[in-house]
Amino acid sequence: MVNKKARGFFRGTYLGLMLLFLYAPILILIVFSFNESKTLGNWTGFTFDWYAKLFRSSEIMDALGVTISVALISSVVSTALGTLAAIGLHSMGRRRRAVIENISQLPMVNPDLVTGISLMLLFLFLGLRDGYTRLIIAHITFNLPYVIFSVLPKLRQSSNMLYEAALDLGCTPAMALWKVIIPDILPGIVSGFILAFTLSIDDFVVSFFAGNGVDNLSMYIYASARRGVNPALSTLIFVPVVTLLLIVNIRSIREERRREIQSRKVDMK
Amino acid sequence: MNDKHLIELIDVSKDYSGDVALEHVNLYIKDGEFLTLLGPSGCGKTTMLRLIAGFIQPTAGRIEMDGVDIANVPPYKRRINTVFQKYALFPHLNVFDNIAFGLKIRKMDKKTIEEKVNAMLELVNLRGYGKRSVDQLSGGQQQRVAIARALVNEPQVLLLDEPLGALDLKLRKEMQVELKRMQQRLGITFIYVTHDQEEALTMSDTIVVLKDGEIQQIGTPTDIYNEPKNPFVADFIGESNIIPGIMLQDYRVRINGLTYECVDAGFKRNVEVDVVVRPEDIDIVPPEAARIRGVVQSVVFMGVHYEVDVDCGGYEWIIHTTDYVAVGETVGIDIPPDAIHVMKKTRSMNIFDGIAYPADGLVTIDGTDFPAAVPAAFSEKDEVLVQIAPKDVVLLAPQDEDAQLTGYVKACMFLGTHYEVTVDCGENDWIAFSDDFMEDGAETGLRVAREAVTVSAQA
Repeated sequence: MVNKKARGFFRGTYLGLMLLFLYAPILILIVFSFNESKTLGNWTGFTFDWYAKLFRSSEIMDALGVTISVALISSVVSTALGTLAAIGLHSMGRRRRAVIENISQLPMVNPDLVTGISLMLLFLFLGLRDGYTRLIIAHITFNLPYVIFSVLPKLRQSSNMLYEAALDLGCTPAMALWKVIIPDILPGIVSGFILAFTLSIDDFVVSFFAGNGVDNLSMYIYASARRGVNPALSTLIFVPVVTLLLIVNIRSIREERRREIQSRKVDMK
Repeated sequence: MNDKHLIELIDVSKDYSGDVALEHVNLYIKDGEFLTLLGPSGCGKTTMLRLIAGFIQPTAGRIEMDGVDIANVPPYKRRINTVFQKYALFPHLNVFDNIAFGLKIRKMDKKTIEEKVNAMLELVNLRGYGKRSVDQLSGGQQQRVAIARALVNEPQVLLLDEPLGALDLKLRKEMQVELKRMQQRLGITFIYVTHDQEEALTMSDTIVVLKDGEIQQIGTPTDIYNEPKNPFVADFIGESNIIPGIMLQDYRVRINGLTYECVDAGFKRNVEVDVVVRPEDIDIVPPEAARIRGVVQSVVFMGVHYEVDVDCGGYEWIIHTTDYVAVGETVGIDIPPDAIHVMKKTRSMNIFDGIAYPADGLVTIDGTDFPAAVPAAFSEKDEVLVQIAPKDVVLLAPQDEDAQLTGYVKACMFLGTHYEVTVDCGENDWIAFSDDFMEDGAETGLRVAREAVTVSAQA
């Protein structure tokens, strides 16, 4: 009995400590974003001042606008491109697919710094000066492999027979794609979109090199760090990123559970 | 059913990058008939179905529907619908929308769609299931939805690809009856693919037996069962005793040294034939009253009858009888004339293309050298025809040093005194005889003696 209790206690403590180390810095940031005092370590009272200040600063609001609009545009475009690319990849011959799939996934492990600098050089070479356009192109570039990565597994699960069944029932290939394949892989597409959106909000390194004078939120924070950071600002980035990641994870857990129930039902038959 | 030929396959061949799936197939399908494509896996039956559905195009030949070549017409322009092997229901749609799918594509108005779909739900006994999600249904119910989804489009032809394969035995029997009833009521042509001979026999108007991409026999279930054209069909449809014999004259056949009366005629005198006798057509009689006597080797109760193996001096007869006999007992066997079915002997012979090397005394078949007596008329590297009788092909362990080449067993058929084994050796299939049964997929080595190889000029 005691042994069991002790084991439970240690297990809980270990897990708790781990989570504490992981989340303490962010929690402190969030807590102190409601602190009246200017020095971080010193709690003097509760306030919303930091948040009020945040929304009054036009610089910050501009940067926020850039972050959100770039994230939206780039994730929509990369979702569309990535989904089509995944469908194309899926219907290729085995060897060609393996090669192209690997090439398309490579940018995911490529260091951000390398991606950022190479994009910067590319834009210089092309003579593309507009910072906002550069940002959008850069974000689409690094989002694309993630969308392909989340759509491809859904396509593999989905049976080829569905496509044939659609043709059989009178669909042209384009209609079959739209009415059967896309709805069937929709969960993967949505996950890919959320992932792309999150990555885009979150990005600093690539934007830093590609931006050419247009600042998004993370670049603004970096630039103003020496003057002392408004703790509310980081909170503002952290909260949506965490929310979106949670949504992606919960979705995939639910999907898995649904499939488990499904397969158990089939086994019982 | 009427005699109009609805679909006609004319000299159709299909290969997948060199692998032959169908070879010069000719077949017509009558309007309103229930036709079954029957054969073991890999025989080309599914390929044939997919050609008719339009998912693939033939390499050569014509596929005509109502006299028009449709070989290159895409599936969505054919009045043909398919019930897929694993149903292929659309998981994002409920039962109603799955069935309505084809009608919505054809832009029918909402009211008609609703009427038609409800009528279909009624037909397949799923009234009130419209709102259900398809993954809430059992296998049998999904099957019915798949049938309804195809039938609602009122196709001229319904293709069914092993639709009952995933169901348990009881449900399968029920669905067989139901499908047959549906087909008769609607008068639609059904083309049904299966490897289950019993299913084929109970449901079909016409059965097409396929093997290795070639049609073996086309006929009614009774024809196919009673008058199989070759040992393969006899062996595949039901159980049978297949024995080599000699046709002495009309209505007289010699089997194992005894002359029997039979009902077959029209063969040349003293020609070698294969004889098929169904196990249920053989009677067990008291030994003193019979021409053949044997010792019972094994008795297995099969539910309705006993399956009895009787050894009559080297030849084992399989007999189905309702009377019990004991193992070790000596019994007599009587074969009535109408139980004997005589077939033309299928020449089983290994015939390969080879290259001659007379100087070395070799022929090369697909890169493997075989010592052979090459006639002096051939010169170095001549392309020749090589013949090897199956009885001369020695089967041995694959790792045996004497093995000249190795391959995998593709089929094994009992011919009364021995098994005929087909071995897949990559480029060519070899036929060999074996005393023991060999499992499909087993690896085996092959060896041929120098004297057994006959080399001749290519035609």
